[in-house]
Amino acid sequence: MTSAGSSTTLGHFAYFITVFLMMAGLFIVIARGNLIKKLIGLGIFQTSVYLLYIAPGKLVGGTAPILNEAFTVYSNPLPHVLILTAIVVGVATLALGLALVVRIREAYGSIEEDDLLKQDTTPEPSPQEQ
Amino acid sequence: MRNDLILRVVAKMVIPFVLLFALYVQFHGDFGPGGGFQAGVILAAAVIFYALIFGLADARKVVPEPLVESMMAIGVLIYAGVGVAGLLLGGNYLDYFVLDPDPVHGQHRGIFWVEVGVATTVSGVMLKIFYMFAGRGKVDE
Amino acid sequence: MIIDVLLVLMAVIVWVLGRSRNLFGVIILSGAYSFLMATLLVALDAVDVAMTEASVGAGISTVLLLGALFLCHSEEARPVRKPWLPLAMVISVGALLVYGTLGLPEFSNPQAPIHTHVVPRYLNELKEEVAVPNVVTAVLASYRGYDTLGETTVVFTAGAGVVALLRRRRKDREG
Repeated sequence: MTSAGSSTTLGHFAYFITVFLMMAGLFIVIARGNLIKKLIGLGIFQTSVYLLYIAPGKLVGGTAPILNEAFTVYSNPLPHVLILTAIVVGVATLALGLALVVRIREAYGSIEEDDLLKQDTTPEPSPQEQ
Repeated sequence: MRNDLILRVVAKMVIPFVLLFALYVQFHGDFGPGGGFQAGVILAAAVIFYALIFGLADARKVVPEPLVESMMAIGVLIYAGVGVAGLLLGGNYLDYFVLDPDPVHGQHRGIFWVEVGVATTVSGVMLKIFYMFAGRGKVDE
Repeated sequence: MIIDVLLVLMAVIVWVLGRSRNLFGVIILSGAYSFLMATLLVALDAVDVAMTEASVGAGISTVLLLGALFLCHSEEARPVRKPWLPLAMVISVGALLVYGTLGLPEFSNPQAPIHTHVVPRYLNELKEEVAVPNVVTAVLASYRGYDTLGETTVVFTAGAGVVALLRRRRKDREG
């Protein structure tokens, strides 16, 4: 149990790891070229944001927010509600992103960002086009 | 995978319990952890499990595509319908107090139907997305 | 505490995931990461969120990613030129964020503003107004019902979008 004010750094350990996860997800999104890996990095970014919302709501010595006669201290239920919505919306966007990746793969033949840029910017001298 | 005896037998034993668990999570969402979203996803997971073991064609026979597509839309309509019922009975949109002469019981009713709508939409959407991804690559076997 | 151990494990998995190039391994690692996240959420007393994260994050997400990987037949991500600029940017943004989190109220402080505005009203008046023991379900379905209506519509729209994107089978396009 942490007493108030004595171990601030240890109390903030959760926030430091949250920032690390957020930055790792962001790094995967911007520095890796594979589209599926980018989507996974985006998912990691989203889960770190869930952690950022839920960690401040926890009260040591409390319990889950289900009303019961035996308990008086509950963890904060409001972030739980918001994050529940966020998780479901996150999987919805993941599904749409993966559908787009599948179509890109069928149209371009590759899901690497460098290949896509190369195919888009070099004009194809093809006799079928005007 | 339908030729693997162990997988088939285990699937046949496990899937009914998963379906029952989905119903439990749905209806006991008021008293313990759970609710519409979790129940919808667990329901979709049970059908996906069946499709993985017995093949997509068999899964399409058990849960046909028109049913899944209509489940997607009907859930949202149920939810919006609860709101309209609140309007018709004299309160505001999505007002649960007017759904029953006893306001607390009206809240229970509203929450029940809203969670049913959410579970229907979520399970329909998850299953439909799985059908689309799994049915895209090759000809139906 | 168990929370710190789980956090360190999650950081290790993300590190390995970022450096791995085999896409199948990356997807399995992301499933393991979601399971660890669900365990951490139980340790933080967020049981509803943990159940949703376990079923949606570790279940459905992994299935969809494996399905997309199967359709894409992708080889591993190739090594790109050294990512110095993204690394520098990420480290500087991370340092700024860490400096920002130092201003947050410390972990598990009952006087933090998050606990004092509208949540006491929910917890105290729940018994007379709604009488549903699970506070999260009551707030989700009753107090914040509009948000849940919007979210259900978002899920439906995502399903409709995937149907619109993937409806025509590849067989027809080659015919």
